[in-house]
Amino acid sequence: MDKNSIFYDPSLKRRHFKSKLFKYFTLSSLVVSLLFLGIFLLDMVLKGSSAVQQTYIQVEVSYNQESIDNYRSIVDKKYLNLLSRAALREVPEQMQANPSLMNTKEVVWILADDQVDMYMKKYYYKIGEKDLSTLEELQKNGMVDKKFNTIFFTHGDSKTPEYSGILSAFIGTILTLAVTMLVAFPIGVATAVYLEEFSKQNWWSEFLEININNLAAIPSILFGLLGLAIYINLFGLPRSSALVGGLTLALMTLPIIVVSSRAALRSVPASIRQAGYALGLTKVQVVKDHVIPLAFPGIMTGNIIGLAHAMGETAPLIIVGMIAFIPDSPSSVMEAATVMPAQLFTWAGMPERAYIERTAAGILVLLSVLISLNSLAVYLRKKFEVKW
Amino acid sequence: MTLSKITIALLAASALTISLSARDQIKIVGSSTVYPFSSSVSEEFGATTKHPTPVVESTGTGGGMKLFCASNDMTSPDITNASRRMKTDELKLCETNGVTDITEAVIGFDGIAIAQAKANAPFNVTKKQLLLAVAAEVPSADGKTLVANPYKKWSEIDASLPDREITVYGPPKSSGTRDAFEEMVLKALTEKMEVYTNLYKADKEKNKAYKEYSTIRTDGVYVEAGENDNLIVAKLDKNRAAFGVFGYSFLEENADKVQGSNVDGVAPTPDNISSGKYPVSRSLFFYVKNAHAAEVKSLNEYVTLFMSEKMIGKKGILGEIGLIPLPEAERTAIRESVAKKEKVTLESLAKK
Repeated sequence: MDKNSIFYDPSLKRRHFKSKLFKYFTLSSLVVSLLFLGIFLLDMVLKGSSAVQQTYIQVEVSYNQESIDNYRSIVDKKYLNLLSRAALREVPEQMQANPSLMNTKEVVWILADDQVDMYMKKYYYKIGEKDLSTLEELQKNGMVDKKFNTIFFTHGDSKTPEYSGILSAFIGTILTLAVTMLVAFPIGVATAVYLEEFSKQNWWSEFLEININNLAAIPSILFGLLGLAIYINLFGLPRSSALVGGLTLALMTLPIIVVSSRAALRSVPASIRQAGYALGLTKVQVVKDHVIPLAFPGIMTGNIIGLAHAMGETAPLIIVGMIAFIPDSPSSVMEAATVMPAQLFTWAGMPERAYIERTAAGILVLLSVLISLNSLAVYLRKKFEVKW
Repeated sequence: MTLSKITIALLAASALTISLSARDQIKIVGSSTVYPFSSSVSEEFGATTKHPTPVVESTGTGGGMKLFCASNDMTSPDITNASRRMKTDELKLCETNGVTDITEAVIGFDGIAIAQAKANAPFNVTKKQLLLAVAAEVPSADGKTLVANPYKKWSEIDASLPDREITVYGPPKSSGTRDAFEEMVLKALTEKMEVYTNLYKADKEKNKAYKEYSTIRTDGVYVEAGENDNLIVAKLDKNRAAFGVFGYSFLEENADKVQGSNVDGVAPTPDNISSGKYPVSRSLFFYVKNAHAAEVKSLNEYVTLFMSEKMIGKKGILGEIGLIPLPEAERTAIRESVAKKEKVTLESLAKK
């Protein structure tokens, strides 16, 4: 710009430069956080992608009385170290379920040992020389193959890595969160409705508000201690059960639900209420038929975010005994159960290398469930949102 | 309406609790070191019998003892795993809470490895040198008084050791492995070293810690690396100068990345650990509440399976995941005493 112009501002250049600098500063923060996320995701995908397949070996299986008594005699001795002990263990049961197999021989695909799987996936493996030559010969004859890893999705935890899966933890998560929502949703929403619509504004409601906001921020492990003291020690509910875990997480999500539901209720304009009163509606009619339905998308969003929060939580569940070895899927909330993050925590601490890919794959499963939950929240908000 | 629903749900839940108090599912708590072995047995038990799979929780040895000894009723665990023997205080706690009939089972050994990256030259160290490397206070040059640990390099401790900085990644205070390391490396030596014990004798109240001195230095040379031993392995892979302290099973599983150091000239191999030659190894235990056997029908069967040759024997399943079996004579003896349900008493705990 011309220096002689009346609009000339000598500081303009500097100000523009400053604003550009600020823009790039904020942009670089975004890039850094995306980079972290990208590295984490890439690492998980790289480590977890091999878990999509699992190695199987084709061997001859003999069904007879001896193999019912000792499952290790089902196959030829020289294959024993190459096959999964957990898979062989299941064979006698299949025989008893299907007596026509008795005293026959059959060539079937049997799950391979985790070391064989590591060998096939080109990781570090520990296989003795003799077993290795047997394996190489099998491989030459096309008797070793990788197949889709259904076990990971149809089995619970196992101490033999090749036989472990995420199913029991997944079902445990569903049961636990069902309890959490059944308790936290009605209580949380009702509390928010009372505080927002019925209670008087005085020091007492201020005091409550501060406390609820405070509760939403305290470390989750404290809720675990509370759950242990109340549900297990006082009420005598069974340790490690989905019921206790769910109730504990309900304590934790309750303040989050109250805070977000209040915000949703508050965003309903006063004109709606006033119009209702003008038409002669009672307070309950206004709240029940107008305010809550209008605030519902917001309330649901808050609930889903609270749910996602509870889903990724492990700390309080350690205290109530849900970080445990539980291979069977629980069939009721009273049975011992574990949850997905707890399962990942357990796997991450195991010495066997084969658990690394399982942990990464489990993380990917957990992340995709969380992403779907959060997208659902966004979708609900967009779909039912009312603009004023 | 929701309120009445919740009331009904809670009533139903409490009714279920009462009906569940007679249970068939075994509940196990305790040491994180024994946890993989215990859950392996539990899985085998669930898969090969009609009984439900026992629930195994990893609470740490001390935490397990607390839960185990809290009461004798059916809500308490039936078995607690331990990476050390029960302490007399714990037995007393058990007894005051009515848990009087307990049987001890020894399942095998666990060696504690002093490991380093595989790329390094093999390392020989004595227990004394280890003590000097990690203790907070060590004897001064003239050996008459205690000074804050001045050693920063191994070569300063002994000229025969390499010129390498001392960095040790090890478990935190809450860990049973740490207890065992302190017990076998520090206490075992300091209780016999006059420079420590003289201080204790001079003032038994104030200097109680010097009776069996086991304080580990906190000046950044010994780094507490958390309970997850996989993390320590990963760190050794990055930091070539460092050493890591962790259980034998992690050494075996990561033989491509790390190697164990010889302690007092003995390598951490299964044979050396089993025979007791390797000096930093400990026994692993579990404790059974016998009073529960009448209610929990599967309890005896589980204990028998655990103690069987198929599990803890020389070619047993637990050996495959890193348990070092007891010598045969000891296995037979302990199996007999467990079958007889011999009671744990203060005298039996005092015996070696």
